Amino acid sequence: MEIPKSFLGYKRENGRAGTRNHVIILPVDDISNACAEAVANNIKGTIALPHSYGRLQFGADLELHFRTMIGTGKNPNVAAVIVVGIEPKWTKRIVDAIASTGKPVEGFSIEGVGDIDTIAKVSKKAQDFSMWASEKQREECPMSDLWISVKCGESDTTSGLASNPTVGNLMDKLEPFGVHLCFGETSELTGAETVCEKRGKTPEAQAKFKKTWNDYNDFILKEATDDLSESQPTAGNIAGGLTTIEEKAFGNFQKIGGCQFIDVLEPAEEPTKGAGLYFMDTSSAAAECVTLQAAGGFNIHLFPTGQGNIIGNPIEPVIKLTANPLTAKTMSEHIDVDVSKILSREMNLSQAGDELIKSTLRVANGRLTCAEALGHKEFVMTKLYRSA
Amino acid sequence: MSNTDIIIHDEKDNVGVVVIEKITPDQDCNCWIMENDKSVSIQSIDEIPLGHKIAMTDLNEGDTILKYGHDIGKVVKNIKKGEHVHVHNVKTKKW
Repeated sequence: MEIPKSFLGYKRENGRAGTRNHVIILPVDDISNACAEAVANNIKGTIALPHSYGRLQFGADLELHFRTMIGTGKNPNVAAVIVVGIEPKWTKRIVDAIASTGKPVEGFSIEGVGDIDTIAKVSKKAQDFSMWASEKQREECPMSDLWISVKCGESDTTSGLASNPTVGNLMDKLEPFGVHLCFGETSELTGAETVCEKRGKTPEAQAKFKKTWNDYNDFILKEATDDLSESQPTAGNIAGGLTTIEEKAFGNFQKIGGCQFIDVLEPAEEPTKGAGLYFMDTSSAAAECVTLQAAGGFNIHLFPTGQGNIIGNPIEPVIKLTANPLTAKTMSEHIDVDVSKILSREMNLSQAGDELIKSTLRVANGRLTCAEALGHKEFVMTKLYRSA
Repeated sequence: MSNTDIIIHDEKDNVGVVVIEKITPDQDCNCWIMENDKSVSIQSIDEIPLGHKIAMTDLNEGDTILKYGHDIGKVVKNIKKGEHVHVHNVKTKKW
């Protein structure tokens, strides 16, 4: 198949391009959720991104909170942002950082005003932003404007056999076009960590990966009360035939095809070394991982599933594929791309990769994903440790 | 090409994955090795559902299970060629 050279995206002020055109109402903290949700209910064309944290965090955990908030606002799938927090200082910090992209952003704080008057003020601004964004048109953008993140979930052996290698095939085919690519899931590389480490393009990238995985493993050994076999593999993984974390890891690893990673990113960190594959240190919990990748600036997500994970994200469209014929049949409303014919050998990996590229471009051009149509908007902050 | 019942990732692997809805005891199964595109056959002992693994050789306690050509865990209970391989007879070497 000849791979298209472009897609139709929304060009942003900073030169990036979006596959979506969201106006988001972003609460800084848990207690500002009510205001953000009231505004999104008032003003059509806006979405609120409620979450559970943002108070009394400190150190690296607070830095990650800010990085996730700011990165979400900066994501090119977002046309304009309103930030609402209980107090002005943290709100302003987020607003100022998002403003560096040149996109419209305003902040509001609730203390001394109350919810009702804040909702009124924010609603007026949100209406301006929503109507402004509604005039944005899709334009032709080069493939290199695609920033593709990947993460698998509710995996089974069909993931390692077919759906993950399909994603790997897409990576192999799109990497030469200058696309940014990102995989994560530090925990779910356990067992394949030395093989993965060798995929680092430079000694620095390899060393960084090794340190990241070792730090994670030390944390697990310190905190675990058992051997973790209650959590990894999950009950769903085991039902699907996966026996050990090592088996899951080698299946997971198929998603990067033959690509080498050029750098290791902190959770929610934006890549800065140009096009190519990046590894991001993330949890393997689906919504946490995709939220971090979206905050890193990725604008379209590929999600292979075996037993049928149903996750979506509010700003980054999540395309699901499965090779499990039972899942494709029983959960068809969640599956964008069915590659189960690989198992019956009626389709080869390269054909499946081509199908996935076509579907990815349709979604990049505006087609809703199953998760979007079904209203999945899981926005889940990663929290590193307890608050002060 | 006859129907494929089991797919094996790598020539070195000692397990294969069932890719039909299930295989039944004493079924003669067609296996396809992805890595080198060769075919082999095996007779099952257990009923094994889609996605679950079958032992391609006899395996003894302490042996290593190879899949993708890599170590994915250790045998904790002897397994006969054709039996179901899963959490009841294989454990992780991690954690």
